[in-house]
Amino acid sequence: MIAPMLVFALMIGIWLAISYVLLEPRRRFLMPPPQDVVHVGLLDPRNFSEILVALWSTTQVAIVGLAVAIAVGTLVPVAMIQARWIEWSIYPWAVVLQTIPILAIVPLIGFWFQFGFSSRVLVCVLISLFPIITNTLFGLKSSDQAHHDLFTLQRASRIQRLLKLQLPGALPAIMSGWRIAAGLSVVGAIVGDFFFRQGDPGIGRLIDDYRARLQSEQLFAAVALSSLLGLVVFWGFGLLGTLLVGSWHESHRTTE
Amino acid sequence: MYPLRVLGRPAVPSTPDQNGQRSNPPATSGIALGFERVTKVFPDGTRAVDGVTFQVRSGEMVAIVGPSGCGKSTLLRLASRLTAPSSGEIRIGDGNLGYVFQDPTLLPWRTVQRNVELLAELAGVSAAERTQRAAQAIILTGLSGFERHRPRALSGGMRMRVSLARALTMRPRIFLFDEPFGALDEITRERLNAELLGLFEREGFAGLFVTHSVNEAAYLASRVLVMSPRPGHIVAEIPIPFAYPRAPELRFAAEFASVAGQISASLREKPR
Repeated sequence: MIAPMLVFALMIGIWLAISYVLLEPRRRFLMPPPQDVVHVGLLDPRNFSEILVALWSTTQVAIVGLAVAIAVGTLVPVAMIQARWIEWSIYPWAVVLQTIPILAIVPLIGFWFQFGFSSRVLVCVLISLFPIITNTLFGLKSSDQAHHDLFTLQRASRIQRLLKLQLPGALPAIMSGWRIAAGLSVVGAIVGDFFFRQGDPGIGRLIDDYRARLQSEQLFAAVALSSLLGLVVFWGFGLLGTLLVGSWHESHRTTE
Repeated sequence: MYPLRVLGRPAVPSTPDQNGQRSNPPATSGIALGFERVTKVFPDGTRAVDGVTFQVRSGEMVAIVGPSGCGKSTLLRLASRLTAPSSGEIRIGDGNLGYVFQDPTLLPWRTVQRNVELLAELAGVSAAERTQRAAQAIILTGLSGFERHRPRALSGGMRMRVSLARALTMRPRIFLFDEPFGALDEITRERLNAELLGLFEREGFAGLFVTHSVNEAAYLASRVLVMSPRPGHIVAEIPIPFAYPRAPELRFAAEFASVAGQISASLREKPR
């Protein structure tokens, strides 16, 4: 606990040094000192609530996007393990989905789905889907052969095999997929904000506006709060994983 | 002394014990499992089992010993229809089949209680009924007090007990054992051997027990089949002339040593 705090103090020190030593007052807006960021960005109720409202809008996009990605990203691998040919026909396209440069197709998404909420959600889904698919598929396929034999001997149905063997066994892998995807969905939502500017402004758009208006104290505060959102999401999904599989799987044992 | 009667014929349990505990007395004349010139060739051309013929009568415990890789496990996979034979015929009697694997194959996310219930759950047995069956199996296998433990909190021997209890809930008429105690230390192994015999005497199922331990085979079975190295076939059949119930001390009797020596000798014979 002490070491990270020391690093934090060191970083603040470097920050202060850059603001006051390296930058002359005229260019100090490039790196406003931390106390100004706190004072203007966080303690001024008007600025702070503006950031929070935008952050909430982005969070909503991320939640909806992640929910869609989780639904699709769970159903697709479940379909894939039903037959080899399904896996072979779908998996290459999942890889293609991953390799599409999202920024390159953003204009197309705008054409097709307008420049509002649904496009932002779509960017989120596209960015966070692949890790869910690969982790879930890996988890579903990693059940022991001996366990499969046991289920075969008892003439278990496909659905019993799925619900009582494959899905519970895949849960640790599924959880790490969700965790990665949750972080990505926040990134996706912010990227979406930048490009799709209709509807409630999200944090991405606000950050862009602050940049344009050289309001660097607010800009820094907004960036810090977005990072905090990513951190909370990552931590929240870690906690969810511990709750779901901590009782039996090594990957989620509490190691505090 | 210990209760040891040397008989001239294989000891097949045929009568319920004095307490009348055996719920389903086996029909001694019935065949629980029959192999007729069974051959298994794997897709890669490996001839794992070659023309194997034998029978297990109802309520009889038969052991198969052989060197590693002689196709012993394949015999069990064939018997349970996990694998189809390349040629030959396999007949299996009525009633459920129990299979105890080399590994306990427990589901790590389930507690002992829920692991024991698994097979009944898959078979669609009602919740009340399977709880009751599991409770019974847990008592029989000495797992009382461990119902809420997860497998990783148990020792190897305890995990095997759970595996055994799980199979017992289906009240199998024939049990296939694939070296279930092979990974355990000797003390645990001998203890589980004795407990397994107790279950066998009480429940009256038939058993086919695959092992590479001569002592284990001679202690448990009323007949021992000896298999050759691959391609596996049966080179000898040795009756074990000790009546059940068998006391653990039987292992130290001179007659036991002589039977075990006989099995070892046929294991060493050069394949023809």
